[in-house]
Amino acid sequence: MKISIQVNEGPYQHQSSDSAYHFVKSALEKGHEIFRVFFYHDGVNNGTRLASPPQDDRNVQQRWSDLAKEHDLDLVICVAAAQRRGIVDDGEAERNGKDATNIMDGFRISGLGQLIEAGIQADRLVVFGD
Amino acid sequence: MLHIVNKSPFEKDAFTSCMGHASSSSTVLLIEDGVFAALKGSAVADQLSKAKVVALQSDVAARGIEANLAEGIELVDYAGFVDLVTENRTVQSWV
Repeated sequence: MKISIQVNEGPYQHQSSDSAYHFVKSALEKGHEIFRVFFYHDGVNNGTRLASPPQDDRNVQQRWSDLAKEHDLDLVICVAAAQRRGIVDDGEAERNGKDATNIMDGFRISGLGQLIEAGIQADRLVVFGD
Repeated sequence: MLHIVNKSPFEKDAFTSCMGHASSSSTVLLIEDGVFAALKGSAVADQLSKAKVVALQSDVAARGIEANLAEGIELVDYAGFVDLVTENRTVQSWV
């Protein structure tokens, strides 16, 4: 079955990103397809590559990136939420005159239409947030 | 239909709102702090009979309340969570 995921909260602040990660991992193990994971609101903070959590703690951002690489996942960050919170890729850096980027490998920045499409194309949309 | 509640009933009223809307044939999955709604003898325990209530085992264990759950609460792991999502045509998170 095709499943889409929406994550509304950032890492280390709320459990929702962890819950979503474990759900996605389990769904993939059961042979389901994850159509897209859409990161919205503070959820966009799951897509920075500049975090350095303590070595004995989980690395939430890296973990999403590794899972995306392993299963060819589509991890999409909401552009308006990203602009507000400083999640930047090459295109956004150029458009907004920023001197750096911080997007994690495996994530891409796009619009809210991607969430709508995720809801239409998938059989289920599961929302994780506060 | 599957309802997912992730908030403690002692902090927000998501669980009570959910139980007010859920039909008796619905399944209500408690995750994160939502698992506190499954406690035996709590102020919201009388609402547990309105629908089938299931709790995420790892979140129950993380909060140390396994021995204090109300009767009839079924526990599922993440694989069971995925099954509930695929078995129900609609899924509503009460975030």
